[in-house]
Amino acid sequence: MIIIVNLIGLLLIVCIIWWFWLAKAKTVHANTDIIRVEVKDGVYSPARIEVPADHPITLEFMRKDNSPCSEYVQFDQLFDKAQGPPFDKAQGPLNINKQLPLNTPYLIKLGKLKPGNYTFTCQMKMYVGELVVK
Amino acid sequence: MRQQDYHLKLINVSCASCVKTIETTLVTIPDIDSFQVNFAQRTLSFNGTANPETVIDALKAVGYTARLQDEQTDKKEEQAYLKKLVRQTVIAGVLGIILLLLGLSPWQPPLTTSTGQLIWIVLGVITAAVIYYAGGHIYKSALKAFLNHHATMDTLITVGTGAAWLYSMIISFMPALVPTNARHVYFEASLIILAFINLGALLERRARGKTSQAIKGLINLQAKTAKRINPDGSEEQVEIEQLLVGDIIRVHPGEKIAVDGEIIEGHSTIDESMLTGESMPVNKKNGDSVFGSTINKTGSFLFKATKVGKDTALAQIITLVQNAQNTKPPIAKLADSVSAYFVPTVIIIAVLTALIWFNLGFSSGFILVAAMSVLIIACPCALGLAAPISVIVGMGKSAEHGILIRNGEALQKASQLDAIILDKTGTITKGEPEVVNIVAKDTIDQQTLLQIAASLEQHSEHPLAHAIVTKARQEKLELKKVDGFEAITGHGIKAVFAEKLVLIGNDKLMRAHHITIDKSAEEADQLASLAQTPIYLAIDGQLAGMISIADPIKAEAKQAIRQLKNMGLSLIMITGDHQKTANAVAAQVGIDQVIAEVLPKDKADQVKKLQANKKIVAMVGDGINDAPALAQADVGFAIGAGTDVAIESADVTLIGSSIQGIVNAIMISKATMRNIKQNLFGAFIYNSIGIPVAAGILYPLIGALLNPMIAGAAMAASSLTVVSNANRLRAFRIKSTRS
Repeated sequence: MIIIVNLIGLLLIVCIIWWFWLAKAKTVHANTDIIRVEVKDGVYSPARIEVPADHPITLEFMRKDNSPCSEYVQFDQLFDKAQGPPFDKAQGPLNINKQLPLNTPYLIKLGKLKPGNYTFTCQMKMYVGELVVK
Repeated sequence: MRQQDYHLKLINVSCASCVKTIETTLVTIPDIDSFQVNFAQRTLSFNGTANPETVIDALKAVGYTARLQDEQTDKKEEQAYLKKLVRQTVIAGVLGIILLLLGLSPWQPPLTTSTGQLIWIVLGVITAAVIYYAGGHIYKSALKAFLNHHATMDTLITVGTGAAWLYSMIISFMPALVPTNARHVYFEASLIILAFINLGALLERRARGKTSQAIKGLINLQAKTAKRINPDGSEEQVEIEQLLVGDIIRVHPGEKIAVDGEIIEGHSTIDESMLTGESMPVNKKNGDSVFGSTINKTGSFLFKATKVGKDTALAQIITLVQNAQNTKPPIAKLADSVSAYFVPTVIIIAVLTALIWFNLGFSSGFILVAAMSVLIIACPCALGLAAPISVIVGMGKSAEHGILIRNGEALQKASQLDAIILDKTGTITKGEPEVVNIVAKDTIDQQTLLQIAASLEQHSEHPLAHAIVTKARQEKLELKKVDGFEAITGHGIKAVFAEKLVLIGNDKLMRAHHITIDKSAEEADQLASLAQTPIYLAIDGQLAGMISIADPIKAEAKQAIRQLKNMGLSLIMITGDHQKTANAVAAQVGIDQVIAEVLPKDKADQVKKLQANKKIVAMVGDGINDAPALAQADVGFAIGAGTDVAIESADVTLIGSSIQGIVNAIMISKATMRNIKQNLFGAFIYNSIGIPVAAGILYPLIGALLNPMIAGAAMAASSLTVVSNANRLRAFRIKSTRS
């Protein structure tokens, strides 16, 4: 009995590590110019979006969640450490941090991005989304 | 055009399909980065460098009328949300307390009888319904996050309260599973935890609203209406949204100025403290600029609008502050990286806690309480919230004092400075030379000397000439005609005034014309030591007198510099002026280190030199000539920026020209950083003490576990504490005022 319970416990820990850290969210392949991201019930959906490189991207955020946490969406300042900023310097700073209105689509034009993984989160990093440019 | 947010009111959008047309139109405008059309509110907001007029025209072309509007508010929705939170808190709290009291009372239904079991099962079902009502949003969010491989605070609450309910239900159905002394249900814990969490969210929401009060204050500064003078001369009261560039507007004493413009008739004193942070009203006359939202004090005047809507100084300040409020200081990076791993780690700790107590032979109820407390007490929110919330308050606070801090990084750096390099002209001194003394020989009186000098100098472009002419105008002296005006580069000027040859210039000019100035040489030296420049005037080969000109030191400079020194900063004055003049100014204000005779382009090198000694260096300058040095410095302060608030090279822009603004900016950034550190420290300590205590680390000592309901209260209190602590910053007062 003791061994079984301990094994179950350890298995649970392995599952937690695998599920939350190792496994990736379901990827949505987007080929449209405007990709709709719903902000609702504590998540961005889709939470993982794969887009082709050299294709201008616009994210349309639709916030349906009244919690204060969902109010802002921010793209990490250091988009992709290996690749550097996805924008040319001339295009301005990439420090995107936008307040999302409630029940109103909000479009953020990202332009063409270099290949890499770009995460977007809420201020407290509880909402996490990933943009994969390939 | 600058990158900024615009809000337009859509007038004749009648159907939802119009929205599609509008969106299609907007996509074709290249300079719009993001936009949103709200059909319900009939509003359009966009961000970009596009001119709002272009957008309005483009919409007109497809048949829609739009105009710029004030900031929109969704107060109603906010109220409804808060009301719902109150209901959720009360219902969960009341049932939770009833069950808690029942559990403590002698009438507690016994789990040993089937009637007792049935009562608990019914209570469990009622609890489930209330849990769904009070915490449904939390569970739904946790489930969605889980499916997306994310764990959030909602995950912790869901697992914690869910486990308590499930365990209690199992015990109610099959009490035989656990020993008699462990037969206890925990329905009340789930309910009270949810009540606390909802209460925390409610209070946090309220407190959060206050953090942005400074910016709301700025928005509310805007005037609502203006008196426009129509081309036919009639006067009409119009809303400020209707004003266009070129409109003539009348302002009476005590009225708010509607938009930015230039006075074309009349004069007045104007209170610009809301923009510059400087309390002294400013005199304005024909040709001077006036700014929207400032208050006209004494006179009545007409002005021509030069900037309206989102181009006004106030609107730009608001945009700048809003953008800055959304940035984070580098210190927050640690908290950010921790919060990404926080929740799964806490769940793992909860599982380990359960396993440890299980292996030590404790009962299932005990194990549940310990694991549940771990999940409930952990608060990732306080960590993530610590920096942003203080930044919002700090940036707002500084804006109230006419200080615009570009971003979180500048805020942090400004609080860590070792040295400040101050440009002399325009920073320590007013930057506008003035006549400070006139010495006339016996042959002539002071007024005549000044009149002759000004009559010649009115033809010169030299800044010193300007000072003499201004002085003469102040004294209401008539400037006369001169003949044969000639400028002698590096020396001065000469001309014929009333048939006499007049020479005005430095000692070199006098010597070149064999005019003795011996008697005044001593005085001249003395003047130089006071940072004054002597200008000699000779009539027909005879010295007639001397006018000394100086760039006056700002009244508050001495005190501000003393305050900066008291902060432990080393101060260096930098200037292109001669060493002697520079030394004199530095001595007067109390600066020991002087770097003189530096070309503007070399100022950046001086900053670099200091930085090479691992010093965090600030540079204070005018933002135009000093731009390279400001950009090179760790923190560049642009002083006296006036309405040109978006100076690229500056990290901190002081709208006013007072050097006291630097002291204030440093004090506010220090206070904000202190606040952030308190928040971060508090959040880290809270979690690193709270989690082990909840896990039962103190059990061997005190023989009891932390009650999960107390864990819930602590969790709710922790993020509320962070917000409240940030709100304390709002009460921060600049300690010393100008003398």
